[in-house]
Amino acid sequence: MTALPVVAEGKVIRTPAEIRRARYLGITYLLLAVFVLWAFGLGSRGNGDATFGLARATDPAYPLDFTFNAAFVGFLIAGMLAVMAGIQLARGFGKWSNIVLAVAFVAVVFAFLGWAVAQSPQGSFSLVGMLQATVVRSIPITVGALSGVLCERVAVINIAIEGMLLGGAFVAVLVASVLSDLGGETVILGSPVGGWIGVAAAALFGALLSWVLAVLSVRYRVDQIIVGVVINIFVLGLTSFLTLRVLAENSHLNQGPIFKPLAIPLLSDIPILGPILFNHNIFVYVTFLLVALITYGLFRTRWGLRARAVGEHPKAADTVGVDVYRFRYLNVMLGGLVAGFGGAYFTLGSVGRFDENMTNGRGYIGLAAMIFGRWHPVGAMAAGLVFGFADALAQKLGILQTGIPSEFLGMAPFLATILVVAGLVGKARPPAADGQPYVKE
Amino acid sequence: MNDDERTDEPQLDEAGGPEGTGPEGEAERTVGGRLLSELSGVGADWRTALLVPALAVVTALIISGFIIALTDVDFWRGLGTAPGQAWSDLWHEIVDSYVALFRGSFGGLRAISETLTASAPLILAGLAVGIGFRAGLFNIGAEGQMLMGGMFAVVAGFTFTGLPVVVHLPLVVLAGFLGGAVWGGIPGLLRAKTGAHEVIVTIMLNNIAIRLVDYLLKTDWIQVEGRDDPISKGVEVSGRLPRLLGFLEDVRPPSDIRVHAGILLAVLAAWGIYWLLFRSTIGYEFRAVGYNPHAAKYAGMNVTWLYFAVMAIAGGMAGLAGMNQVSGVLYRVTPGFSAGIGFEAISLALLGRSHPGGIVLAGILFGALRAGGQEMQVATDVPIDLILVVQALVVVFIAAPALIRAIYRVRTGEAAEQLTKGWAT
Repeated sequence: MTALPVVAEGKVIRTPAEIRRARYLGITYLLLAVFVLWAFGLGSRGNGDATFGLARATDPAYPLDFTFNAAFVGFLIAGMLAVMAGIQLARGFGKWSNIVLAVAFVAVVFAFLGWAVAQSPQGSFSLVGMLQATVVRSIPITVGALSGVLCERVAVINIAIEGMLLGGAFVAVLVASVLSDLGGETVILGSPVGGWIGVAAAALFGALLSWVLAVLSVRYRVDQIIVGVVINIFVLGLTSFLTLRVLAENSHLNQGPIFKPLAIPLLSDIPILGPILFNHNIFVYVTFLLVALITYGLFRTRWGLRARAVGEHPKAADTVGVDVYRFRYLNVMLGGLVAGFGGAYFTLGSVGRFDENMTNGRGYIGLAAMIFGRWHPVGAMAAGLVFGFADALAQKLGILQTGIPSEFLGMAPFLATILVVAGLVGKARPPAADGQPYVKE
Repeated sequence: MNDDERTDEPQLDEAGGPEGTGPEGEAERTVGGRLLSELSGVGADWRTALLVPALAVVTALIISGFIIALTDVDFWRGLGTAPGQAWSDLWHEIVDSYVALFRGSFGGLRAISETLTASAPLILAGLAVGIGFRAGLFNIGAEGQMLMGGMFAVVAGFTFTGLPVVVHLPLVVLAGFLGGAVWGGIPGLLRAKTGAHEVIVTIMLNNIAIRLVDYLLKTDWIQVEGRDDPISKGVEVSGRLPRLLGFLEDVRPPSDIRVHAGILLAVLAAWGIYWLLFRSTIGYEFRAVGYNPHAAKYAGMNVTWLYFAVMAIAGGMAGLAGMNQVSGVLYRVTPGFSAGIGFEAISLALLGRSHPGGIVLAGILFGALRAGGQEMQVATDVPIDLILVVQALVVVFIAAPALIRAIYRVRTGEAAEQLTKGWAT
């Protein structure tokens, strides 16, 4: 254990580890400044201007473009990073240091985009389009991470997010296809009635899987990580089996309705933000809502306080009369409900049909996002957006012809997660009892 | 198999997984019985020890039979019109599936060859997970370590030309071990130095390895000339694992007896890991760290070094599994050549109780499922993915013996095993 920071005369005395980390961070800023100066400042000289499209072709206000000199912006951002490095090394940013880190991250990405666009043949690209894709791609990751947060806050490790997403995706399209004629032409919030029942079935299937997780890990005290891995293998095997055996010959069972985008009145007309945030299908809005609800629930309600107590110190919670097992069952099944809903997004929210292993590791990325977001719903969403951004950017890089392999960008979120768990970007602390079964005396 | 060599001396220190063995007095007094109870890790009675895995496999197969039945669309259609015929067809389909499963895995020389071919990488990857469990580490990254091992092996396989087999093949094997060891060593080092949980780091490294392989397969260095799709250059003949029964193909030309030296390597590696874990000082230290890292530290062991060494060796084993596929089966690298073997290895290590001998047996069982599953898919249209369901069910019953106890009313080990620790260290 490292020594606790001591408060003396209103000033926090930092532990050696913190001082070392602050120094590393300062040096990192300095290196970033040099790199931006060299790659995006000097590297953009003679490339001319970069144009970011801030509206889509279909928007009424089109064209709305932002054009700037890439080299100049590169120099500017390099200068800003150098100043930040100086402040960081001299006295640190204190409680602002995470926000400063985020600002530095955004600035470096901006300089990179300026350089990439300026050197590309077309000299412009749709920033709004990419940010919109970022939001869309972040949804399954964020939902998966939220499921993880719900489970791990009561100290049950949920590796099975992947399986719950995959299972949800399968059940959603199956149920929605079977019930596609239900309710006739009625469309509720962008989908026929059958689609909604599909989503509900997916959520319930997620809850069923998480019930298995809960029974085995809470009641039978089987190793939680192993149960999670087994659920993932089981769902992968079962859905692939059913796809080949049933869906392949009965393609009418694999044609679900796709939820249509809903433009929110007024909000979707806001320039820039409107198309990015308020012109999506219902999955996106529900995810935003879930983040808010879970944050409020965990940190502002009696349920949340007790749930967190169960995760941090189950014995203490038990002593004051909190039913540890009940809370673990409840939260894990809520987590399954959320993950099953997120699974429906893969089919009904996006392509309308199921393919073998279509989640392709998104659940594991969700797990990473949960850790990246430090077991907090808002952090999970932020991490989901970062991962979604890297995903969207990897797609765009091919068009911009930067010569940077998209695979490397695809690796970035995973590298970032390793850096986070290794404590290089501040210590991420899981709930204290995470992964340990509780034996009531 | 190496089981025979161990039967002549007492092996008390070898006993069991984290739960340890039960009281010695209850133990079967025969040497074989003691060995079996050691393999089981659940308790003293070796009959119980064998009973649980056997019942787990049987139960999983029965449940899978129900899954075949429930998903038979023709059966549900026929049930309305001609129920007698439908039930009879269904029964035949299930029987035919399992007959094909058996025929494809053990029903003849070619089937056995396929089983052993499929077993070799599973055993090696299973060792990678099992040795981690013994040291209290959950190596979920065998898949990524396999990819890196295979990548290193293929590079060694096509770079060196004109070497004799006795030089080239060991080079390829070594490269495979090294590639996996690097990829496994990273999480070990991070765990020891920073406390970063190996589950997270290895999952991340899996994803990184997939993308790294995708990238490398498109570089001029690795990609075969004149192709646009991501395929590596081929391994030189001198760098390939030789087929064991290749001479039979000359006698009976149509037969394709693919079994190669990889299975010998796998068994040899299992023996090596057994020796390392239970006969060497460092292996004792591995297990000591697994029981209680704090106690190991205060006993003067270098926990940092041990975590690194365990994960590097584990990664090396998975790297050998990747090498085995590249040098023994595929002779080149394509995206996703690891085919989920690294994940199957987790179930396999659990089934084998993280004991090298158990892992060899479990590896042959899983290899048989793979080989038989292919035959089943061809013969009866029951998709091979069913074997993943079988595996998952087997592991559930192994991990939660209470379920088996509830179904069959037999005595089993008391508690479920706790092999991993939470994120908090």
